[in-house]
Amino acid sequence: MMLPIISIKNFSKSFGGTKAVASLDLEVEKGELFGLIGPDGAGKTTTIRTLVTLISPDSGEIFVNNLDVKKDVRKIRSITGYMPQRFSLYPDLSVNQNLVFFANLFDVPKREIAERKKRLFQFSNLEPFAGRLAGQLSGGMKQKLALSCTLIHNPVVLILDEPTTGVDPVSRNEFWTILKELKKEGVTILVSTPYMDEAVKCDRVAIMHEGMVLARGKPETMTASFQNRIYKLAGQDLIKHINSIALIPGILSVQSFGDSLHLTLPDNQAKENIRGKIKNILGRSFQMEPVEPSLEDLFIALIEGKSRNGN
Amino acid sequence: MKLRRIISIIIKEYTHIFRDWRSLLIIILMPVLMIILYGYAITLDMKNLTFAVIDDAKTPESRELIRGFTESRFFILKYTDIKRNEIESLFKKRYIQMALVIPGDFSESLVSNRITKVQLIVDAADSNVGTFINNYSNRVAQLFNEKLNNRSPGILGLEPRILFNPDMKSANFFVPGLVALILLLICSLLTSITITREKETGTLEQILVSPVNPMEIVVGKVIPYITLGFFNGIIIIIFARLLFKVPINGSLALIAVLSLIYIFVALSFGLMISSVAKTQQIAMLATLMATVLPTIMLSGFIFPVASMPLPLQYISKAVPATYFLIIIRGIMLKGIGLAELWQHAAALSGIGMLMLSMAIIRFKVTLE
Repeated sequence: MMLPIISIKNFSKSFGGTKAVASLDLEVEKGELFGLIGPDGAGKTTTIRTLVTLISPDSGEIFVNNLDVKKDVRKIRSITGYMPQRFSLYPDLSVNQNLVFFANLFDVPKREIAERKKRLFQFSNLEPFAGRLAGQLSGGMKQKLALSCTLIHNPVVLILDEPTTGVDPVSRNEFWTILKELKKEGVTILVSTPYMDEAVKCDRVAIMHEGMVLARGKPETMTASFQNRIYKLAGQDLIKHINSIALIPGILSVQSFGDSLHLTLPDNQAKENIRGKIKNILGRSFQMEPVEPSLEDLFIALIEGKSRNGN
Repeated sequence: MKLRRIISIIIKEYTHIFRDWRSLLIIILMPVLMIILYGYAITLDMKNLTFAVIDDAKTPESRELIRGFTESRFFILKYTDIKRNEIESLFKKRYIQMALVIPGDFSESLVSNRITKVQLIVDAADSNVGTFINNYSNRVAQLFNEKLNNRSPGILGLEPRILFNPDMKSANFFVPGLVALILLLICSLLTSITITREKETGTLEQILVSPVNPMEIVVGKVIPYITLGFFNGIIIIIFARLLFKVPINGSLALIAVLSLIYIFVALSFGLMISSVAKTQQIAMLATLMATVLPTIMLSGFIFPVASMPLPLQYISKAVPATYFLIIIRGIMLKGIGLAELWQHAAALSGIGMLMLSMAIIRFKVTLE
């Protein structure tokens, strides 16, 4: 039977008494750029480390390229490229030495090393720094070098754990451009990120929270299928009254976005009724406009819905 | 197991070693410093023992007796003509280790046929010093008697012949022991932090997801440090020879080969600690505890194994330095060879293989 390139069924993992991941199902198709979205502690790193065989699952069926993570450890390690959250290279080795070291570890044929380095330099622009010590690179360059090292053996699947955390916005953008390039070349990419703006760049995402997937799908359709309406409130001193606004019956949630507030209302809730009640609280006029729901709105609604159900 | 991966790890480790020249300098200078410090500090040689004399006789004979002490390089006469009640306070202040009280009728007593008694007061707080003074004084008395009586026939005289260390220099005993202690300490410290350092910086996680196996990592890390450890060993022995004039009666080549085995044991031990310790600090502390104490206390470094209680004797058999001490003292002082030492060399190799295997087995290729 042909499985998707990454197939996770009913995966659970606990550390001590704490459940990190609870009966997770996830499938990534070949050639996809898949995003694992969620806050810290959602279980993203646990899932990723299990996929790359660094930790073993308590239960569940997990396959990468039809290889079982419990049995085919060595084979999986040779076809996946993995960049840990705290990606780190040898700071006292040069860019070139780092690349060659990983090429040797992954049994890259000797005569191919030069050619692959050249190709990796093309997208990373690190060629002028080949002789520089990795410890003396900027954050963005270090990250690109780490990515290059994980790509030196032409992995079938590329698994990245929060690759852009702690990197400046320009380098983040550049990094995603590289990922898109890689996707074009047919590499399947699973990337975890806490940033919603990065999630939109994925083909499909899964939103994780407390070890479970709350929602999954294409980012566009996920927000389109959003059941609730989002309104943006603009005006003076809104933040001060956020708590009293949240208490108005019929409002699902209130979130602050800078100076403005995002209000989540059920589809059928009369907008004018709410507007009147807010005006009573504020005692002055304000603007209230419908906005397109973002992934972040969806995420917040999902989490709030979950905790409401839980209570 | 692939040679190529091992070689690439070896090259990487060498690069680490030579890039970080400060650490390299410490690695090279530390043994030198240690051998100088330990070599001069740890000594059981009796020198400059101070003593006081109360000579109530003041005759040629009494001066002759005192000369028996002052002529040796061991004793320094510090106080003469003091009052009897001052002696105790001199001892308490540690100004003297011995006092000699010669009675006023000393010379008369000698010529009459009585037994002449001279009082010898000894500070035996350090029992070694006490015993030494006691023995030496008896010898002085014996010589004095012989001279006085013109060697009357029938007196038993032992004629000692001291083997292997004829000058009875304690440096000859301790310095080879220091070679064992310093090599073990330095080499195991070197490797104990190599894997933990990679755990701390996170590079280990990156290596682990490659097809590399524990054997390749461990072997790749041992080999560079064997050369470094060997280089250290050479430096230590050169210093031992130059500074302390320790004889090397046996084969240098044999010392080299057996030192390599010993270095291998030390490195494997460090790797074993490294494979389980979580941080560099824990690794270093554990290495220090597990090498220095057993080596000094249980290996025969100072205290002979044969005089330990039986349970400790068994423990000493698990201490690598126990074997290496016999080997290195044997070669340097006695000039013996493999014919006499092969059992100890074999035991050492066995311990080394055991530790390396444990390092490989305990090395986890996962993060759990």
